[in-house]
Amino acid sequence: MSDTSPDRIPQIVTGRLAAHDDAHTIARYEATGGYAGLRAALELAPDDVTAQVKEASLLGRGGAGFPAGVKWGFCPPGVWPRYLVVNGDESEPGTYKDRILMERDPHQLIEGILIACYAIGCAQAFLYCRGEMALAHERLGAALNEAYAAGYIGKNILGTDYSIDVVLHWGAGAYIVGEETALIESLEGNRGMPRLKPPFFPAAKGLYLQPTVVNNVETLSNLPWIMTNGAEAFHALGAETSRGTRLFAVSGHVENPGVHEVEFGTTTFRDLIYGHCGGIREGRDLKAFVPGGASSPWFFEEHLDLPLETKAVGNAGSMLGSGAIVVMDSETDVVKASRTLVRFFAVESCGKCTPCREGTTWMERILDRIIAGQGRASDVDLLLDVCDNISPELTWPPKQTTICPLGPSAPPSVASIVRRFPEEFERYLGTSFEVTVPMKGAAYVPKPDTAAAGASGSSGESPS
Amino acid sequence: MARLNAENTELAKELIGHYPRSKSALIPLLHLAQEQDGFVSDEAMVHIAELVGVTPAEVLGTCSFYEMFKREPVGRYLVNICHGIACALMGAEDLISHAEDTLGVKAGSTTADGAITIERAECQAACTEAPCLQVNYRYRYRVTDDDFDALVTQLRAGALDGEIPPHGTLARPAFRQHIPDDRRNGPALVEGGGEPVWIKRHREMKEGEAAEAQGTAS
Repeated sequence: MSDTSPDRIPQIVTGRLAAHDDAHTIARYEATGGYAGLRAALELAPDDVTAQVKEASLLGRGGAGFPAGVKWGFCPPGVWPRYLVVNGDESEPGTYKDRILMERDPHQLIEGILIACYAIGCAQAFLYCRGEMALAHERLGAALNEAYAAGYIGKNILGTDYSIDVVLHWGAGAYIVGEETALIESLEGNRGMPRLKPPFFPAAKGLYLQPTVVNNVETLSNLPWIMTNGAEAFHALGAETSRGTRLFAVSGHVENPGVHEVEFGTTTFRDLIYGHCGGIREGRDLKAFVPGGASSPWFFEEHLDLPLETKAVGNAGSMLGSGAIVVMDSETDVVKASRTLVRFFAVESCGKCTPCREGTTWMERILDRIIAGQGRASDVDLLLDVCDNISPELTWPPKQTTICPLGPSAPPSVASIVRRFPEEFERYLGTSFEVTVPMKGAAYVPKPDTAAAGASGSSGESPS
Repeated sequence: MARLNAENTELAKELIGHYPRSKSALIPLLHLAQEQDGFVSDEAMVHIAELVGVTPAEVLGTCSFYEMFKREPVGRYLVNICHGIACALMGAEDLISHAEDTLGVKAGSTTADGAITIERAECQAACTEAPCLQVNYRYRYRVTDDDFDALVTQLRAGALDGEIPPHGTLARPAFRQHIPDDRRNGPALVEGGGEPVWIKRHREMKEGEAAEAQGTAS
C-alpha cells in the first residue's frame, strides 16, 4: 500500500495487491509466485517449517504480539486432532489491515493457513471472518473454491499425504469475539464469552477442548513470503524483537490517511504521521495520538520519535497493539473522543464479568453527564475510581479484575486525558478537581514543561 | 416468517457437514435464515434447533448475542453509520444527524415505506476512509451529506439492486464456499482423531534415522 517507503523494503503482504487489481484471483496469484511457499514447505519436515518461523521471529499481528512459531509449539505432544482457527474478526477501533488482506489477497492468506496447518499437524482449519465484511466473505469463498479445484486444499494436497479442509465461517457482529477464547466459543455455536485462562489456554484446550492454535490474518499472510524467501531474509528486516514488516492504519486528522506496510521496529511514529501521511491536516498541531488501537494509552508530541518497536513502545507505557494509529489535531475535544472510546467498550462488553459490564457502563454515564454540563467536581475522581476497580492502579501493562482484557481497555483514554489535559475536564466542570486514584502507567504524564515546574506530579511515573 | 425452505434446508445440511460438531453451524444457519426472510423468525430458530440437535432456547441464546441478527423485520436496506473513534473525529455525528433529518427517523428505526433502517454502528474497519457507512454491509467511504442524499435516492429507486442484495444476504450465492466431494477431506472429528499421516511419517522417519545413528555409533 505504501508508495513512499524506501525501495529496499519489500512489501511482504501488500506487494501483490498494490500492484494488481485482480490479486484476489488464483490466476494472478499463481502468476506472481503464489503457492510456491506451500510447495517449499511440503519439501520440509513439519518441525523444520516451525523452526523456520521461529527463526524468522514472526510476532503475532493481532494485538498481543506473541511469537507465532513459539505459540505453535505449545500444543501438547501426542494429543490429536489439533485445529487452526484464523482470527479474521478485525474490529478494534482504528484497525484496518486484515480486511484488506482478506478482500484483496485471499490466496496469500489461504496459503499461509496451509503452511501453518502442515507444520502444526492440524486436521482442519476454520477461517473466522468478521460478519460485517460481505466483500471479504465473497472473495474468501471464491478463493477457497478455486484453491480446492486446483488441488491446493482438501485431500492429498499437491499429490502428497497432506490433507486438510479449510472452512469459511462468518461471525455476526461482536467485538469480543476477537479475543481468542471467545472466538472459540463463537465457533462452537455459543454466545461469544471468553473462557477463564487457565485452564483453557487454547493451545492445550481450545476448540472442542482439543489443542488449538489461533492466529491472526496478517500473521498467517506473512508465511508464504517467509517460506519462499527464507527466515533469514525476514529476520534481516526490522529491529530488536520486531522483525519483518507490519501494516499500520493511520486515521484521523492527517492529510492523507492510509494503510502502510513499513519496516517493523525501525520506522518511527513521526515517519508514518508526517512522512507517509503528510502531517496534520490544515497545518495544525498534533494534540495526541492513539498508538495501537482503542485499548492503548495515548501518546503525544514527545513520543513521535519512538520506533514502531514492541519493547520501546511498551516501555513508554503503551502498545502497538493492532497497528491502529488514530491522530487527533489541536482542535479535538478529547473528552468527547474519550466518551466515544468508552462507549465502544460499554456497548461491546459481553457482560460476563461485573467490573467490566458495570464499570464501562458507569464510565460512559459519568462522561455523558460531564459533557452535558452537569458534572460535579468529584466526577473525575469517581470516573477514575471506576477505572481502578476494572484495572487496579491503572498500571501498564494493565492489571485486571476481569477474565479478558476488554474491561481494562476502557480506562486508558480517561487516564491519558486526566493527566495530560486536566483543563479540558475543568472547562466542562466549570471548576478544578482533585484526583486521589493512582495512575501508574508510564504514558499517563502531564505536559513535559508543567512536569518540570513540579505541578500535579504526585501519582504518575516518568516515561522511561 | 417461516421455517427454512427446501433449498435452504439442503444448504443447512451441507453447512452442518463442515463441522465436527453440528452446533458449530448455528451462526451460519442463522445467517441463512436471515437471508431467506430478511430477519430471524421464531419458526426459523425452531427449525434450526431441530437440524442442529439443540433446544430452540439455545438457538435464541446464541442469536441474541450477536448484533447482526435481527429478530424483527428491518428495512430492505440497513444503513449502518459508523460512530467509532476515527469516524467520530471526521464528522460522523454530523452525518448521523443529517441522516436522521433527511429520513425523518432516529437511528435505530425504519422509514415509513419500509425501505431504509438506519443504525449507529461500531468501528467497521475502514478507519482511513472516514466517515464511512455500510448498506447491507457494503461499504461507502468518506461520505458527505450530499453523498448520503444521493445514496438514499438511488436506494429508493432500486438503482443499486445488482450491487446490493436485500438485507440478510452477505456473500451472494455465486461466491459461497462449496467443498467438492472429490476434494473433501471431511471434518476432523474429536472422537478417534489420530496423528495426521504426514506428521506420523516424518516422526517415524526421524526416529528411524536416530535409531540408525545410534546403531552406527555403538
